[in-house]
Amino acid sequence: MIPLYWFLVLSAILFCIGLYAVITRRNTIAILMGIELMLNAANINLIAFWRYLYAGSNLDGVIFALIVFAAAAAEVAVGLGLILSAYRSKETIVANDLDTLKG
Amino acid sequence: MTTMQLIFLITAAVTIFAGVMMVSVRKLLHAALWLILVFFGVAVIFGLLEASFLVIIQIVLYIGAIAILIVFAIMLTQNAIDDTYQTSRRWLVTAVVAVIALAGILLALFTWPQGQALTSTLAGGQQDIAAIGLALLDPEGYLIPFEIASILLLAALIGGIYVGIEHKGEEK
Repeated sequence: MIPLYWFLVLSAILFCIGLYAVITRRNTIAILMGIELMLNAANINLIAFWRYLYAGSNLDGVIFALIVFAAAAAEVAVGLGLILSAYRSKETIVANDLDTLKG
Repeated sequence: MTTMQLIFLITAAVTIFAGVMMVSVRKLLHAALWLILVFFGVAVIFGLLEASFLVIIQIVLYIGAIAILIVFAIMLTQNAIDDTYQTSRRWLVTAVVAVIALAGILLALFTWPQGQALTSTLAGGQQDIAAIGLALLDPEGYLIPFEIASILLLAALIGGIYVGIEHKGEEK
């Protein structure tokens, strides 16, 4: 069988790739894609721990992952709406240029 | 090396490669396509974990809805940013930060006091979709998180519409 830590290592690598995308990319849509990658990595972790340690007794892991899915969907819908709205009024989606709130 | 392990290793390699391509390609649309490959890889990983319901949700929600939404947004904002400036100039520094973070996580993982759990095998019990449905609507189970998630989605719907519509006659 596959040991549990294989899944954990994979999700750690995916999480750090997402982290790199979030810090490095200048396009806000690409930053959102990095966040999606990190959420997916977290979901792998949740499901792996649940499957290996608690699958016989409860459904906590699956429900938690489903809530994460709902949060991700809500976040993408609002996030892309905000990006498109910013693009319409500012003509840019570069994270560095969207600095209206900067004092 | 069992068949399952082989499938896992191939899937993991493809997923990580697609992730690296996603953060490194210049064209954003190509990055979105690599992201879809990552989502597929994660769906296969869920399959290996025998979470059949989540495989379906992963494909329908992430690939069918979120990835397509991202592709639409990229197409609508195509001229907003020059392809050569997609990544920050200090990408090497952030790559080092990401690698240090990875090393930290792995160190924490392998020095975890409950390390014997890491090599444990699967707990019994094939996951049942009907059980998930019943648990979600059971007041003793997960009814409250379910309702909160639906309120979150409603708020996102209203917020998305409000942000998305053009506000005519307001200051430009």
